Amino acid sequence: MRIDTVQRATSSADTEQPWAELGLKPDEYQRIREILGRRPTSSELAMYSVMWSEHCSYKSSKVHLRQFGEKTTEAMREKLMVGIGENAGVVDIGDGWAVTFKVESHNHPSYVEPYQGAATGVGGIVRDIMSMGARPIAVMDPLRFGAIDHPDTHRVLPGIVAGVGGYGNCLGLPNIGGEVVFDPCYQGNPLVNALCVGSMRHEDIHLANAKGAGNLVILFGAKTGGDGIGGVSVLASETFDTAGPSKRPAVQVGDPFAEKVLIECCLDLFAARVVEGIQDLGGAGLSCATSELASNGDGGMHVWLDRVPLRDSTLSPEEILMSESQERMMAIVTPAHLDEFVAITAKWDVEATVVGEVTTTGRLVVEWHGETVVDVPPRTVAHDGPVYERPMTRPAGLDALQADAPTAGRLARPSTGEQLGATLLQLLGSANLSSRAWVTDQYDRYVMGNTALAMPDDAGVVRVDEESGLGVAISTDCNSRFVALDPCAGAQLALAEAYRNVATTGATPLAVTDCLNFGSPQDPEVMWQFAQAVTGIADGCQQLAIPVTGGNVSLYNQTGATAIHPTPVVGVLGVLHDVTRRTPSGWREPGEAIYLLGVTREELGGSSWADVVHGHLGGLPPVVDLDAERVLAQVLVAASRDGLVSAAHDLSDGGLAIALTEACLRYGVGARVALHELCERDGVDPFAALFSESVARAVVAVPDAAQARFADECAARGLPHLRIGEVTDEPALDVQALFTLPLPQLRKVHEATLPAAFG
Amino acid sequence: MRVGVVTFPGSLDDRDAARAVRLAGGEAFALWHADADLHGVDAVVLPGGFSYGDYLRCGAIARFAPVMGPLVDAARGGLPVLGICNGFQLLCEAHLLPGALIRNDHRRFVCRDQPLAIERTDTPWTRGYAPGERIVVPLKNGEGGYVADERTLDELEGEGRVVARYLDDNPNGSYRAIAGVSNAAGNVVGLMPHPEHASEPGFGPDVRSGTDGLDGLRFFTSILDGLVRV
Repeated sequence: MRIDTVQRATSSADTEQPWAELGLKPDEYQRIREILGRRPTSSELAMYSVMWSEHCSYKSSKVHLRQFGEKTTEAMREKLMVGIGENAGVVDIGDGWAVTFKVESHNHPSYVEPYQGAATGVGGIVRDIMSMGARPIAVMDPLRFGAIDHPDTHRVLPGIVAGVGGYGNCLGLPNIGGEVVFDPCYQGNPLVNALCVGSMRHEDIHLANAKGAGNLVILFGAKTGGDGIGGVSVLASETFDTAGPSKRPAVQVGDPFAEKVLIECCLDLFAARVVEGIQDLGGAGLSCATSELASNGDGGMHVWLDRVPLRDSTLSPEEILMSESQERMMAIVTPAHLDEFVAITAKWDVEATVVGEVTTTGRLVVEWHGETVVDVPPRTVAHDGPVYERPMTRPAGLDALQADAPTAGRLARPSTGEQLGATLLQLLGSANLSSRAWVTDQYDRYVMGNTALAMPDDAGVVRVDEESGLGVAISTDCNSRFVALDPCAGAQLALAEAYRNVATTGATPLAVTDCLNFGSPQDPEVMWQFAQAVTGIADGCQQLAIPVTGGNVSLYNQTGATAIHPTPVVGVLGVLHDVTRRTPSGWREPGEAIYLLGVTREELGGSSWADVVHGHLGGLPPVVDLDAERVLAQVLVAASRDGLVSAAHDLSDGGLAIALTEACLRYGVGARVALHELCERDGVDPFAALFSESVARAVVAVPDAAQARFADECAARGLPHLRIGEVTDEPALDVQALFTLPLPQLRKVHEATLPAAFG
Repeated sequence: MRVGVVTFPGSLDDRDAARAVRLAGGEAFALWHADADLHGVDAVVLPGGFSYGDYLRCGAIARFAPVMGPLVDAARGGLPVLGICNGFQLLCEAHLLPGALIRNDHRRFVCRDQPLAIERTDTPWTRGYAPGERIVVPLKNGEGGYVADERTLDELEGEGRVVARYLDDNPNGSYRAIAGVSNAAGNVVGLMPHPEHASEPGFGPDVRSGTDGLDGLRFFTSILDGLVRV
């Protein structure tokens, strides 16, 4: 094998190079030549191609993502210890504790190879959290599939769920929530997003930079193999062409055992204070880790690539630089700490190799058996990639879509009690509103012993500090049907729902992460959706006064000409001073009053009712009201703290009808409610009262003794509140004058759907 | 009065088992797989997890860990040992308990609040339970199907060595719905479900289970009470 060295590149300027096959555009290749003043070597070309891919460089999204930083005010920064740009954002939760969290996509690999794609999605986000110096403490996985009865859903779903469980369970991280959504728009493009949260003491925060000339660059963890080569450039950055060859070799293969050992090993290394800087190896592998560490530090690094331990000795330098083999980390260590570092890795049987050292040359130099194969300014690889202002157009069909509102004339509505009860059952057993237990029972929610709430509650809650009970609540949400109808409002609705879900448990919302799943950026209509959604989230966060701390963009989620619904998944994290005081989503005590908080309007555009009953998507989504969300959250948090509510459940998909049913089924305790006062106050009919999806609403159960104080609390903050009924000792949901449904019947309908579909 | 909790590479519920020992009022002592020394502990918990990634077979590699040498000897000499989940698999691989644990019959990992009947209550780990008592503790595993040949199963039943049995649905295809067994002397107990995850208020099975979520704690108070008495 003849190695392409810098020396050769200088003397053979006209050699044809496979830049197009590596996903680079002609002008991008030309720019690399300009930066280097010569043609790149094949190793340099490999590095630039992966680092300048859409996935790594955010070249289409960058101009829009800036808003997240620009719209973060000083007040919002107060709790923000590390912001966007590092592996994950870090938030101060008090008492000297910090948490770091982020959600990422692994959509394309999971489509090609469901089990490994999903498994390594979990592995990748967990390493991001580790590289901040934190112990990972929980995961959650927002998943989206095609129609529940589509053959491809049956191909990918079992493997994806098993992969999420197989990897996360074996790592010993509780899976505390997430989503499972079915919609035909995801056929051929399932979305596998993975969120991880980690905790640490303030002083344990670590960053990805290589500082201090003479410090050592250590690669540790698994050996490097040929898996995942070109994962980011080939898989994540292009549209699938169904006629093309199989892309299986581009999917990485995960070993959760290796990662579990790596977690414990890293925590020991952090505790021993022998790590100056650290970076995980994920997308773009060594290319990413070396160039980012160098450009974030003193600017130079010398790497002896032939020292990298290999699983396959035939790998070329280019392949080693591009490999996305899992379970690897890179640390910057002073020579004085080397022995201690190696002793700790040896304790965990983790292989550690000094592969380079930090320099102040301003160059990233990679040597292969004595010859220089890479000599580049690292910043040009890591940060100065191309930036595109892609053309944008409002989708041609959007006006017609928005005009097609689900009016009473357009879609037949139930009106009698019997019809309303039947509609509730139809929704409850539908693909998206039925019990998720078939999926979530494949995830370990107990491991670590800190889980205070998990699915099916509104948010997952885990304890951070065993002494005080301090902990966090997290929820991820996105109703992509709303986003399709109005990308800006839809993205804000996703933010609002996650925010509300966190507050429902009694937690104070603190920070946001997002995973922006969209179609091809080369489609101006998709770019318009993207820009609208980013603006919506950035403005919404400003209004709610919680910052975006990091996240991920996944583009090219389309097969052929059809893009998915724009799907900006939003994760909100909140803090609870004592997680044992969290509010669960179901009521338990007969006799307690049930209050509906917030205002109900007739808002059925994009609703579950329109979808399930009529297969209809049109009109406008519910009106966003973030001020009302803030007030609702303040009341929920205060009421939880003061012990004024014993249960709280947010209203979202399926409206009041589904919220009441879920709150009954949570602990198998019934309720009796009456709607006439609500209908009168808000000017809606019983159908809208039950199935409208107006925002900023929740149902709560209030103990007798707390009713007066609770009502005062709501009144003081101007939150509309209405006592609509009470918890009963009858095992039924009784909506007076309309219908009564026994809980066993509701439970049967709720729990039958996923097992019937997937076995 | 120290209860050792062994950590193997890939152990996951080791800190949780140690926490349960502390919640029961005892002192948990961390034992390391590569250290062939029990450091004078009075009892040992082999925790759940995926030791060595469960590669080859669950527990098959861990049984050769240095710590297992003195542990097997001590267990044969009467040291109380509780193997939970992966620990149960390991006790079977080490031939301290009969039978084996295989992949769940439905081929999926299952995590749920599991009702059990405690059938043997004269072991140092279960003396705090009433014979036949129904408890609910979390079950979470992919390879929890207990199997043994008919003769062994008859022997276990005949000698009263079935410590716990699944109630309601059999969650994983275990023969005769066996969830836990003991050796003849009763000091070595293997259990697939996780009592350590039903030991702290607010972090175990919730009220939907019909319990206060603390049904597992008595495994740990039992051993400590017994140690105090001795």
